[in-house]
Amino acid sequence: MAKVLIQFAHPTLSKSNVQKTLEKYAREVKGVTFNDLYEHYPDLFIDVKREQQLLAKHDIIIFQHPFYWYSSPPILKQWQDLVLEYNWAYGPKGHALKGKKIFNAVSCGGGRDAYTPAGYNRFSVGQYLLPFNQTAYLCRMDYLPPFVVHETYTIEDYTLNACGEQYAELLDALVNDRIDPAELAGVEYLNELFPH
Amino acid sequence: MQQSFFFQAMIYLAAAVVMVPIAKRLGLGSVLGYLVAGVIIGPAGLKFIGMEGQDIMHFAEFGVVMMLFVIGLELEPSRLWRMRKSIAGLGGLQVGVTTVLVAGIAMLFGISWKEALALGMIIAMSSTAIVMQTLAEKGWLKTVAGQSSFSVLLFQDLAIIPMLALFPLLADHAGIADGHGGGGSLVSALPAWQQTIVVLLSVSAIVLTGKYLLRPVFRMMARTALREMFTATALLLVVGIAVLMTSVGLSPALGAFVAGVVLANSEYRHELESSIDPFKGLLLGLFFISVGSSIDFALVTSKPLLIIGLVGGLMLLKMGILFVLGKIFEVRNAQNFIFSIGLSQIGEFAFVLLSFSVQQGVLGKEVSDTMTAVVAISMAMTPLAMMFNEKFILTRFCLVSAGLQTAQRPSDVEEEDNPVIIAGYGHFGNIVGRFLRANGVEATVLDNDSDNVDFLRRMGLKVYYGDATRYELLDIAGAGRAQMIIIAISDEEKRLELIETVKKHFPNLHMLVRSTNRNDAYDLMNAGMMHIYRETFDTSLRLGVDALKLLGHRAHEATRMAKTFFIHDERTLKHLSSIRNDEEYINAARQHIEELEVIMQADREAVHLNALAGWDRKAEAETA
Repeated sequence: MAKVLIQFAHPTLSKSNVQKTLEKYAREVKGVTFNDLYEHYPDLFIDVKREQQLLAKHDIIIFQHPFYWYSSPPILKQWQDLVLEYNWAYGPKGHALKGKKIFNAVSCGGGRDAYTPAGYNRFSVGQYLLPFNQTAYLCRMDYLPPFVVHETYTIEDYTLNACGEQYAELLDALVNDRIDPAELAGVEYLNELFPH
Repeated sequence: MQQSFFFQAMIYLAAAVVMVPIAKRLGLGSVLGYLVAGVIIGPAGLKFIGMEGQDIMHFAEFGVVMMLFVIGLELEPSRLWRMRKSIAGLGGLQVGVTTVLVAGIAMLFGISWKEALALGMIIAMSSTAIVMQTLAEKGWLKTVAGQSSFSVLLFQDLAIIPMLALFPLLADHAGIADGHGGGGSLVSALPAWQQTIVVLLSVSAIVLTGKYLLRPVFRMMARTALREMFTATALLLVVGIAVLMTSVGLSPALGAFVAGVVLANSEYRHELESSIDPFKGLLLGLFFISVGSSIDFALVTSKPLLIIGLVGGLMLLKMGILFVLGKIFEVRNAQNFIFSIGLSQIGEFAFVLLSFSVQQGVLGKEVSDTMTAVVAISMAMTPLAMMFNEKFILTRFCLVSAGLQTAQRPSDVEEEDNPVIIAGYGHFGNIVGRFLRANGVEATVLDNDSDNVDFLRRMGLKVYYGDATRYELLDIAGAGRAQMIIIAISDEEKRLELIETVKKHFPNLHMLVRSTNRNDAYDLMNAGMMHIYRETFDTSLRLGVDALKLLGHRAHEATRMAKTFFIHDERTLKHLSSIRNDEEYINAARQHIEELEVIMQADREAVHLNALAGWDRKAEAETA
């Protein structure tokens, strides 16, 4: 049994269809802690001690957020700057996060083909997420491929619900250690582990 | 009457207009200004008014009735109830002890016990008009001294009733009147128990009318949108109560006070207050002028030693009794001086009681004339005594301001190099002060509540007692070297005064000003203030955010909306303030409603615009 922590960041959730659905599915999975950052820190004044304690108590960390301007909403940056302290998360004595798994679960407006060398976004989602990848590396964490929902403006309810179920299955598998490390190596998105 | 009404009015008004500002400028307070004006135009001075000053005084006493109505308006029933111990205890003892002691001393001088008792009761009275006016002017009403003074004055108002009933029984001389109590009231012919019932009925009539009838009436009057109708109704109410009370033999002031308390919780409280206020102020002024003019200087010069001795002796005696009682009731040193010196005069009720006692044959004409002069002079002495107290006695207790301090300890001046001065350390100023102190910024504090000053001094803060609007105090506090002054005084007018002083003498000092509400903020903007903080604005919005959250809105979105609203409201405030000047003469109530309409329209637009802006618009480009 692993403990999963979702660090959720969405400044205007009331206007989001996709993230609301993902949230709904995620909250139903046993063993998952859902930490709504904007709700806890509406003025971006982050409680560092509380956040560090939460991290320490969990084995798998997920940054769940919309893909604003090829990155996350600002509170996640604020969170990293404040919570990942020297000699706690990184540095010679920083072992608090060592060995924990971490990845991003994002929703993008563009389709998957937009995130190819020929598409208008030119680079892949994984490439855009490199700063998160490197941060995890420096904190001695294990960075996994992202979970991605594409075409959020045109997505049909049917597809969206399928994505939600996929997300729930992923979370459940993570909690119950049912993910094969060998399989992980071959995928670009975690979605691919649970084909629909 | 040889002189026309207009000529008289002109004399009175001119005297006030000339003398009061001079007195204020000299730091003597308006009361003394009026009194001196009265002396100047009276028989002893320019002889513009003769003995009719007495009649005018009776008319002007109505100002005291209005004052008690206004005081009642500011005193909710619950607060009055909390003051019951101090009213009955402090007030009761003051009247009782003073009466007994004065009567005892009078008897030592060979005065019959009946006359002595009457004199004792007359002398126990203090002047509500002078004391409350002075306390209000100095902003001391809410201090311990202010509250205690008020308790005593209120009890004295109550005590008037049994006194008037008692006087006829003390009659020794051949009385002029019929010997019944109540000063010729309609019910004086009834047996005692019926009188009691009539009295109780009239008081309950006032309470019930105030509670149930007046609100709809005021609402109707407010709806006519004719300001003078509201004023007329308010005046009618007070006059009506005075007539009713007089006809059943009660003090009109007391009736007006009860009506005020009943209306203290109503929504028309402020409107009533502002309608009555100018009349109250003018009538009180008239009253003080007539007191000044009624001082019989011929009598004073014929037996100066007796009169001066009586004034001095009686004031010292009253002061002593008040001081001891103050100690018993835990009024602390500095406050106790304000309290006991403030109430040491003999009040306007003494005039009523004196003329009544002559009428009833309790006192002889000669005694009464002498006493009238003594009372008037003691009233005139009060502002002087209070000033003396402030300048020389209080300085010892709370290291008070003023030039004296500078003279005594010049080194003190050099020490005040704090970058920040906080004027007013009540619930507003003290939060600012605490916050700055927590961040290592020391502030010099100015406050005019001596209890507060005592306490803060013991906590090791640099606190100066006194009126922050005065140049000397600001200078001592280091306004010449400080970077900013935080103006957190609760009194709106005092704030504006302080701003003027700072602008004139310390133009380089940044001013951060507390404001009560929108209207007050307009005034501050007109005064050129850049940093204005409406005291309830941020808190109300914070509450609004929590309300939205409880209704299921997202915390961050609600916070952003509040911020949007905040910025938008500050902007409309500035905009409306610039328009407002041109329309100053529009009916105040209607203007307020129209303004609110404009504001609310703008509110909707602001929130609407916000929904279309930034990420709140859900722009396609943003989630790439």
